[in-house]
Amino acid sequence: MARIGVFVCWCGENIARTVDVAQVAEQAARIPGVRCSLHYKYMCSDPGQAMVREKIAGERLTGVVVASCSPHMHLKTFRRAAAAAGLNPYLVELANIREQCSWVHHDRAAATAKALDIIRMTVEKCKRNHALEPIRVPVTRRALVIGGGVAGIQAALDIADAGYEVVLVEKEPSIGGKMAGLSETFPTLDCSQCILTPRMVEAGQHPRIKLHTYSEVESVDGFVGNFTVTIRNKARYVDIDKCTGCGECWNVCPWKKIPSEFDYGTGFRRAIYIPFPQAVPARPVIDKNHCVKLLKGACGLCAKKCPRDAIRFDDTDRIVEERVGAIVVATGYSLYSIGKEQADPKYRGYGEYGYGAFKDVIDGLQFERLVSASGPTAGELKRPSDGKTPKSVVFISCVGSRDNAKGISYCSKICCMYIAKHTMLYRHKVHDGEAHVFYMDIRAGGKSYDEFVRRAIEQDGAKYHRGRVSKIVEQDGKLIVRGADTLSGTPLTIEADMVVLATAMRPAPGIESLAQKLNIGYDEHGFLLESHPKLRPVETNTAGVFICGAAHGPKDIPESVAQASAAASKVAVLFANQELSREPEIAYINEQTCAACYACYRACPYHAIEKVQLKHKRAARVNPGLCMGCGTCVAVCPSKSADIEGFTEQQIYSMVEALA
Amino acid sequence: MAIGYYPGCALHGSSNDYEQSVRACLKVLGAELKELDDWICCGATAAHSLNEKLSVALPARNLALAERDGLDELLAPCPMCSMELMKAAKEIAADNRLRDEMASIVELPVTGRTKILNLIQLLERFDLKPSKPLDGIIAACYYGCLLTRPAGIVNFDDPEAPSSMETIVARLGAKTVSWNYRTECCGAGKTLCDEDTVLELSHKILTDARRHGANCLVVACPMCHVNLDMKQAAAGRRYGVDHDLPVYYLSDLVGMAMGLAPEELGVDRHFVVRLHHG
Repeated sequence: MARIGVFVCWCGENIARTVDVAQVAEQAARIPGVRCSLHYKYMCSDPGQAMVREKIAGERLTGVVVASCSPHMHLKTFRRAAAAAGLNPYLVELANIREQCSWVHHDRAAATAKALDIIRMTVEKCKRNHALEPIRVPVTRRALVIGGGVAGIQAALDIADAGYEVVLVEKEPSIGGKMAGLSETFPTLDCSQCILTPRMVEAGQHPRIKLHTYSEVESVDGFVGNFTVTIRNKARYVDIDKCTGCGECWNVCPWKKIPSEFDYGTGFRRAIYIPFPQAVPARPVIDKNHCVKLLKGACGLCAKKCPRDAIRFDDTDRIVEERVGAIVVATGYSLYSIGKEQADPKYRGYGEYGYGAFKDVIDGLQFERLVSASGPTAGELKRPSDGKTPKSVVFISCVGSRDNAKGISYCSKICCMYIAKHTMLYRHKVHDGEAHVFYMDIRAGGKSYDEFVRRAIEQDGAKYHRGRVSKIVEQDGKLIVRGADTLSGTPLTIEADMVVLATAMRPAPGIESLAQKLNIGYDEHGFLLESHPKLRPVETNTAGVFICGAAHGPKDIPESVAQASAAASKVAVLFANQELSREPEIAYINEQTCAACYACYRACPYHAIEKVQLKHKRAARVNPGLCMGCGTCVAVCPSKSADIEGFTEQQIYSMVEALA
Repeated sequence: MAIGYYPGCALHGSSNDYEQSVRACLKVLGAELKELDDWICCGATAAHSLNEKLSVALPARNLALAERDGLDELLAPCPMCSMELMKAAKEIAADNRLRDEMASIVELPVTGRTKILNLIQLLERFDLKPSKPLDGIIAACYYGCLLTRPAGIVNFDDPEAPSSMETIVARLGAKTVSWNYRTECCGAGKTLCDEDTVLELSHKILTDARRHGANCLVVACPMCHVNLDMKQAAAGRRYGVDHDLPVYYLSDLVGMAMGLAPEELGVDRHFVVRLHHG
């Protein structure tokens, strides 16, 4: 026979104002199986919890129903109290008579009756509970970081410095990401490569960091603490253990005019190349789409010249497997391309700016390369069309961003700052040049950010015009930029030598398929979704997978680094224990009645169902490491073989019956 | 194939050369035009600048007539007409209350389901195999304001960097140039009240087309044709140049490439006539 204790909380005035708690407690005492029923002003307070503990011991209770607030609020509190009194915590239930009753009703008599109904239902559920133990899962204390930009490097170094091994996967031939290509950084104008390359070297040489460059994640299996990841090492055609990075090969390669990805097409590279001199690892790759040896069997000069015999024309992609306990996604961003090549018509637009048609209309990252000391012009600003120094440059903000008609509703956040930086860099290089900026708003929230923009305007003489540009045309070697100055209410035409477009930030290509492999969410734009926008900003809804950097949304360097460290600390917290403890309220399948139809296997959003071969039959089985207890399998199972611990169908029926 | 045809006021008045061209061109392509019975003015600039409701009601009447006569598609060669009809159809289809109100104003049920086509959209459908390819023609294709805009209403081609007209003209064997004024305004109806503005705009358009090596302009709008062809001499006089740039309707080029004589298309009735062909 059940011996249930009911504890009705006033929640100060919150419940007691609308619900007659004394009457509820008195009537609850008459429910069959209820041993005692009390009410108290603050049941969650120390004296309230003491009451619960005393009654558990004194009345030898087999279950506890606390009629109070939402289980999100205090279920854990009362479970701890019960455990302290020697009762299995999973025998405690919360009847929510606050959010679902007192807060949403005015009629005291009706609310009191409803509160009693809620308690009656919960008592019936409580009677059918049984003791459960938390699930323990072993943890592989080794992390995977996907993406080797500044966020990924920071996360990898932090995790490695905490004492755990890290596998760092980067799809390009070198780590460094977008930041490695930037000239100088706001708001201090310190050289981007100077601050990043030491970190790259540190990551490359760290004894606990294993680099997989020129590699991509193929598939992810498993669950928190126990992931198995397969990684494709793309064929490099160079043996990176033999190679010393001496450079003989790329100096001799005759194919010189291949647009460099690292320079965003503003410079050239060879068919065998390292993306930039400070690359980590400083080992070349052969571009199989341009190398004539690989395409036609001719040439092979690099192999003849290599003193270490490190060229491997017969190299192939390799698939490697890594076992890790946690994953950090730091795949970064790409720029909205306003050329005609947009695959998704949703993102097409700004044909009036002539990007792609006019050589001197470039985007922000291309400008970074043109003013970077390591860029194709060695830091001397020359425009792409004829190599002349531009005497007038127009910078246009919000190209794509904040424009629903172009499919992008959000603010890209970093552009206001980097435009101000660009105007400064330009004026520092071309003293008699004019820098014009067309802007919608200036968003310079951040430490020393607004001061930086003021400096661009007041000290470096950038001319800011509030308004949009409607059209750019080319005439006699000049770009005629027609726009509006909405503060003075006049149309404005500027004859420019070069135009720089601050195009919107978008997630890196392929993010959706990676997110699907990891079973994590992404928004309509492809940016990865955090578990909670305020309180769980680097967690995802899949346990053990964390996110940081611009893959999560537009972000500048300081913010990406801070978020990367946050993700790393979450990984360190996870790894602090040898094993994980998870709530036991998950699905289970009665393998004897299971007909192996696998409807659950297909329906499970967490891929938690496994197909198993028993002695005489096949069946479905729940992986307790993956199951989140959502109940989808219970709903789809035609043979009623699936059920949820602590929330069985029997419990739900009995709750419904209690109302009848 | 039979298609509904809404000529609009211009094609029955000042620009009846355009109607002659459209009719002749589509006839040779094998398309049969069914002119909308009892059509009325679309309202054009006058209606939408004076009275919002009137600017929906006037096209709504025409849409209702098309629905009554079972015409699923309606060709409106004037881009002002086609835009006003598209706009009204879109608004009526999206708003049940407006639909009921319009039905009572125009005294006919109207749902906005009719698909409106401008001339380019219709010509794109044909597999154009020219019997007399237009070699020698170097065309500057001119879209003006309304053929591709407003983007959300017209929903056709890239509104700011269109290419559909060039695609058609290239299929006729002619060359096209890339130039700067393809989607600029010619001044349109200002030609009646502010000729100075129109002459300045026309002059800029004609000059830029010439500068980029075109030997003719191609338009698909009666108003553009007026300002660039009829006013060409005035613009030239004012700026002291002789533009000497014939202005063809898109249907003229298609018709000539299909073997029609320029006179059959009304090309001889243009103000600047310098035949490249025929």
